[in-house]
Amino acid sequence: MIAVLLEQALNGLQLGVTLFLLASGLTLVLGIMRLVNLAHGSLYMVGAYIAFTIQSASGSFSLGLLAAAAATALIGAVLERLLFERLYQRGYLEQVIVSFGAVMFLDELVRVLWGPLPLKAPMPEVFDWSVELLPGLLYPTYRLAIIAVGMVVSILLYLLVTHTRIGMMVRAGASDRSMISALGVNIRDLYTAVFAGGAALAAIAGTMAGPIYSVQIGMGESVLVQSLIAIVIGGIGSIRGAAIAAVLVGVSDTIGRVFLPPGIAQITVYVFMAAVLVCRPRGLFPAHV
Amino acid sequence: MSRPALEVEHLNKFFGALKATDDLSLTVEVGELHAIIGPNGAGKSTLISQLSGQLRPTSGHIRFFGEDLSRRSMACRVQRGIVRSFQITSLCREFSTLTNVALAVQARIGHSFHFFRNAEDDPLFTAPAQDALERVGLGHRAHVAAGHLAHGEQRQLELAIALAAKPRLLLLDEPMAGMGLDESMKVVELLLSLKGHYTIVLVEHDMDAVFALADRISVLVYGHCIASGAPERIREDPAVQDAYLGEDEADARSA
Amino acid sequence: MSKIPFLRIGPPAIPAFFWAVPLVVVLLAVPFICEALGQPFYLRVASRILIFALAASSLNLVLGFGGMVSLGHAAFVGIGSYVVAVLAWHLSNEVPVLTWPIVIEGTTNAALAWPAAIGASALAAFVVGAISLRTTGLYFIMITLAFAQMIYYYAVSLQQYGGDDGMKMRGRSVLPGLDLANRTTFYYLVLVALLLCIAFLFCLARSRFGLVIRGIRQNETRMRALGIEPYPYQLTCFTISGAMAGFAGVLMANLDTFVSPSDLSMARSDELVAMILLGGVGSLWGPPLGAAFYILAQLGLGNLTTHWPLAFGPALIIVVLFARRGLVGIFGERQR
Ligand SMILES: Nc1ncnc2c1ncn2[C@@H]1O[C@H](COP(=O)(O)OP(=O)(O)OP(=O)(O)O)[C@@H](O)[C@H]1O
Ligand SMILES: [Mg+2]
Repeated sequence: MIAVLLEQALNGLQLGVTLFLLASGLTLVLGIMRLVNLAHGSLYMVGAYIAFTIQSASGSFSLGLLAAAAATALIGAVLERLLFERLYQRGYLEQVIVSFGAVMFLDELVRVLWGPLPLKAPMPEVFDWSVELLPGLLYPTYRLAIIAVGMVVSILLYLLVTHTRIGMMVRAGASDRSMISALGVNIRDLYTAVFAGGAALAAIAGTMAGPIYSVQIGMGESVLVQSLIAIVIGGIGSIRGAAIAAVLVGVSDTIGRVFLPPGIAQITVYVFMAAVLVCRPRGLFPAHV
Repeated sequence: MSRPALEVEHLNKFFGALKATDDLSLTVEVGELHAIIGPNGAGKSTLISQLSGQLRPTSGHIRFFGEDLSRRSMACRVQRGIVRSFQITSLCREFSTLTNVALAVQARIGHSFHFFRNAEDDPLFTAPAQDALERVGLGHRAHVAAGHLAHGEQRQLELAIALAAKPRLLLLDEPMAGMGLDESMKVVELLLSLKGHYTIVLVEHDMDAVFALADRISVLVYGHCIASGAPERIREDPAVQDAYLGEDEADARSA
Repeated sequence: MSKIPFLRIGPPAIPAFFWAVPLVVVLLAVPFICEALGQPFYLRVASRILIFALAASSLNLVLGFGGMVSLGHAAFVGIGSYVVAVLAWHLSNEVPVLTWPIVIEGTTNAALAWPAAIGASALAAFVVGAISLRTTGLYFIMITLAFAQMIYYYAVSLQQYGGDDGMKMRGRSVLPGLDLANRTTFYYLVLVALLLCIAFLFCLARSRFGLVIRGIRQNETRMRALGIEPYPYQLTCFTISGAMAGFAGVLMANLDTFVSPSDLSMARSDELVAMILLGGVGSLWGPPLGAAFYILAQLGLGNLTTHWPLAFGPALIIVVLFARRGLVGIFGERQR
């Protein structure tokens, strides 16, 4: 029993850090640029596909990871300059539909380039084994590695946001947009950088998910929704809120699926979100006063 | 003397460390025109917002004909008869001038869960609305979209909306802000004609208007009421002259 | 003069009767035209367009009139579809829907199934609205989206009703006096339903309720200052819209005699928003027009290439970026 619980808690944590990698970029885009970007999940997918290709060609997982992060950051920056930059002054509706159009395009592009069938990314060899955490509980080291990478990235992100000049500007922007221009920063570049950084994190998440789940079209959709939920629970614009809520969502979803009857299991996370919002309509850690 | 219309007791409003309202107490008698003056940032609009229910006081009480309304919603206070106008014009810009006022009538008459009958042209709402528009001198602009009115006209519309709500207590936050001289004169005339029929709290920077209109004046400085009384007394009060009037009149002279 | 920044003066209120009359005439003639062309398939497409027009119009009630950006409207459409299909499934499998506390048998009788479906959608909209309307802005958008996903995943989990694959119905509902299996009859039923709903929206937009709802969109603080608490009005609006969406779902299930979770997916919700945006937000005829263009464009591109989304996605983006007022702007709907 303890073993099952521990195993599922770790699985939940692993899902949680994946969600956080998506949510951190997205919450900043929502909080600072006030941009509803439904295409964030597609960046996760695109990252996974690019990593798959590079990894298959070179045999190196880490090379795939780096290439995916860099290429997706570039795609993110291009999308931002080409499309989303024009939408900051427009309504949420326009943002939704433009990003929906981008999702359509990217999904189809992937179908053309990689075919419609799901792909299975190979497990990196270093992590292709399991450790015995408890007697009788063999746990794949790859998942532990994801948790570790997620934690490291979170800490780096935390340091970046709290201890650097760029981070200070980003934080100021998330709680009060007019602050950024008051600081005399080139807003245009800052926005593009935030967008590209978010895209890179999404690609890292997608790449790491590849060997566990299959790499397929639409793989970004359910994680996108789950990370949106984490963002709402955590409070839009709050990195700390996104981190805590992502783990809560990941763990409660995973444990719910194991212990609750189907039908109920799927909705636990949403009930959780509703409960939080009834008590705190602006999430747990509202960034906007 | 009968009981006052409005009693404000030890009202406080903090924005973080800033005390926008600082232990403020004042009373407004039934039927009087009570002016509130004070330098920029003295907390006049913040007071009006607390009286109307838009802002929640940090502490203190607001009594309206004896009933404590400090924790009641804006909508509830409007139903009791406390109606405000905004310093910064707040209108439904796509609706016609007439519809903006008719909505106030509609809201006063009861709930709006009526789904079929055309209300846009219903005289039940438009007739009183048109009256209110005539009263502020906007009758001829009834069918123009509110967003297309000139700034001064929008200020007049604010007043018409407030009047159409048939207030028992009218809270006017700088009704003449940004108006031309002619328009201001008209508003002063209008307020004179309202005087005695309504209980009015008037926030205003124009001292001539204030002294011409007010029955009593309260002076706010840093969120605190430093003096309250008849215009002559306020004019002579040394503390007021110190804190406010002197500097204002000096400004006026130098301008 | 006034120092008004950019102003978007008044969508709803006045529909273009100028366009409405010839439009209705053409719509009435569609079955004959399809017959004459020997293309019964087109009649199916036309019915589909009208149903989407109804669904988009229902969303337009919250989104265009009420200013509530709901991203999960397909869920309410889908609930309507599922209730009709599920009731029919129970009838043909001779299993009661419920045995406790009361026995409810399956049915294909439209007089029972349709109100049940519409009621279910309205109830779902009421519950979702009651929670999401406590928030505003971005939060509202995200929460409506999340709840719709919840309903979607719930539908996927219904293995009994086909899970991911959805389920086929044996036939359309039975409406005494009308042969719904006849495609022309069904088309006219859908047309009448759509026109009635548009007429209802026309009345609603200028009723006391409609003025309040539209007023809240323009300036919530002003409405509060008039003594109008927005929440009950918004919730009522959301619920009415959910009921209408459910009705669209009922018709959709009957047209296809098939339901699947994709009927209530996020992509479907986005499509409805796109139709409204294409047609013109907050206008009466915009969403139906948008629905027609959207579906026809998709069909046309789909005939050219299987990879139509490669063109359709960017086209959508370009239209949204550059045609700000939607199609009604082009067709000159009178506005004030
Ligand atoms: N929402 C708020 N958050 C923080 N501070 C506020 C807020 N509203 C007002 N203040 C501050 O409270 C003080 C009082 O503001 P208020 O608008 O009430 O002044 P006022 O007397 O109406 O000034 P004016 O004559 O310029 O209209 C000001 O210092 C203002 O900056
Ligand atoms: Mg003020």
